[in-house]
Amino acid sequence: MTEPTVAPILSARGLMKRYGTVVAMNGADFDLYPGEILGVIGDNGAGKSTLIKALSGAVTPDHGTMTLDGAEVQFRSPEDARRAGIETVYQTLAMSPALSIAENMFLGREWRKPGFLGSVLRMTDRARMNAFAREKLNDLGLMTIQDIGQAVETLSGGQRQGVAVARAAAFGSKVVILDEPTAALGVKESRRVLDLIKDVRARGIPIILISHNMPHVFEVCDRVHVHRLGRRLCVIDPKRHSMSDAVAYMTGAKLPDDLDEAA
Amino acid sequence: MSGQEAPTKTISDFEARLSQADKAVAQFEQDDLGLLHRIRGILRRNPTLIPATVLLISVLGFGIVAPRFLGMGALSTVLQQVTVTGFIAIAQTIVILTAGIDLSVGEILVLSSLVMGNLAVSGTPLPIAILAGMACGTAMGLFNGILVAKIKLPPFIVTLGTYSIFRALKLWYSGSESIRNADIEAQAPGLLFFGNGIKLGAATITYGGIMLLILAAIAWYVLNRTAWGRHVHALGDDPDAAMLSGIRTDRTLISVYAVAGLICGFTAWVAIGRVGSVSPIGFENINLGSITAVVIGGTSLFGGRGSIVGSVLGAIIVGVFVTGLSLAGVDDYWQMFAAGSLVIIAVALDQYLRRASQ
Repeated sequence: MTEPTVAPILSARGLMKRYGTVVAMNGADFDLYPGEILGVIGDNGAGKSTLIKALSGAVTPDHGTMTLDGAEVQFRSPEDARRAGIETVYQTLAMSPALSIAENMFLGREWRKPGFLGSVLRMTDRARMNAFAREKLNDLGLMTIQDIGQAVETLSGGQRQGVAVARAAAFGSKVVILDEPTAALGVKESRRVLDLIKDVRARGIPIILISHNMPHVFEVCDRVHVHRLGRRLCVIDPKRHSMSDAVAYMTGAKLPDDLDEAA
Repeated sequence: MSGQEAPTKTISDFEARLSQADKAVAQFEQDDLGLLHRIRGILRRNPTLIPATVLLISVLGFGIVAPRFLGMGALSTVLQQVTVTGFIAIAQTIVILTAGIDLSVGEILVLSSLVMGNLAVSGTPLPIAILAGMACGTAMGLFNGILVAKIKLPPFIVTLGTYSIFRALKLWYSGSESIRNADIEAQAPGLLFFGNGIKLGAATITYGGIMLLILAAIAWYVLNRTAWGRHVHALGDDPDAAMLSGIRTDRTLISVYAVAGLICGFTAWVAIGRVGSVSPIGFENINLGSITAVVIGGTSLFGGRGSIVGSVLGAIIVGVFVTGLSLAGVDDYWQMFAAGSLVIIAVALDQYLRRASQ
């Protein structure tokens, strides 16, 4: 694998996070390059979740720096990260079941009607939001969903995941983070979501994919970041390493010798 | 599948086969189930149909039992009786939508009307007295909201505590003395505005009743057509999801309790008009009455779903039962019995519909 010559779009250096006496991140580094799908794997308790939460603004690291597009950033809330163009699809999907598909896609960033209705009466522009949501679902081939106004609780697990990915792809201008997008899905639905992920990359948006499912990671990822004991152990090229190597690195059974990139 | 010499790039055979399988993930079948399912579906999508139907049936039912009930006089009496409860029920609905509860609404109401009444009677210009009363209500709501959102205490505990605190403040501030009707009429007749109304034969539609409809319309609009309103729903539905979606949950929660306080403060004015005087021990049961109305109106105590129209209808249903039963010659305690039964039936129905959705 050739060393990428372009600058990373999102990178982190020396992230530290401590919960009481538990060290969740111990000087973690991270790099995501434009247009790639980066897998993040690690054993339970390796600190993957904390790393991802730091990148998506849900956790503020105690130390360390993050840069987005070359500029240093600090996220104090998921809202900050969203505003910077980083969208996250959480494992729990973070959707409000009683609200409609369109309302969920626009939750926290509703469009208001122009003029007096919007500025003074704060009226949301439902027609425009519905049209946009329908268009985005269409783009990703999810328009078998008939009614954009139906409540999310009426959707199946795969459909909900589809809506969550569509939401992230629609608004994630810089980076999309997917946390275990296939964990709760059946085989067929997983396949559809993996196709969705490739569709999103085809639009040029880089993706961070956190997953325990090695076949999924090795199928779609360009590079795989192996996290161990609160820090990046190595980054491997899935074309040159096998899944058993990855699992061995992840669990500490084997130390990486010929690394593609120094950790 | 791991451990081969070639790096694993393919997926197992059974997955490869999937290319031949049906790829549609999002597929919807219209489930043409029985009539019962369809009725459940309709009721789920239009939850206010339940209180509306109950109201219609109970009005007709009491009309048969006690023909006097259908007269304009009795019906307008019902509306006058439930006006104040209706206002408080609107405030309560907004709080309950966030999966919270406000037990202190009655105390906020009475303390605000005491402030309003005392200031007005002692010569403060009426608009200033009214605004001071409303500001007082808002401040108390804000206090509740800060405790709920920032200290992260359960709303039940917070408002149970502030119920006693505001009650103590109320008794201390009033010196356990009422503001007499004669004083209000002499010094500040404007405070009685909402008790006046338009006469239509035997019926009187009070301005308070009209204002209730206006406030209900405003609350409906805010909850359904503004971002804030959708955030309130999302917050009650799943607070973690709301937070991760970028909603500022603390701020929204505090604003919800403050708005409830503001509505209670405004209702203080309406209540003075309705009663004609201010008693520090008035409206003792309105906190529970408002919760009853909200629940009968189909709003879920678990948050996220409910309707303003339902709550107003719920308040009217309670009024209809109380007036109807008393016109039918039923003793007071059976009126309470009926209201209690209604609450239980309403919640049971809500649970039933909820299960139908899963």
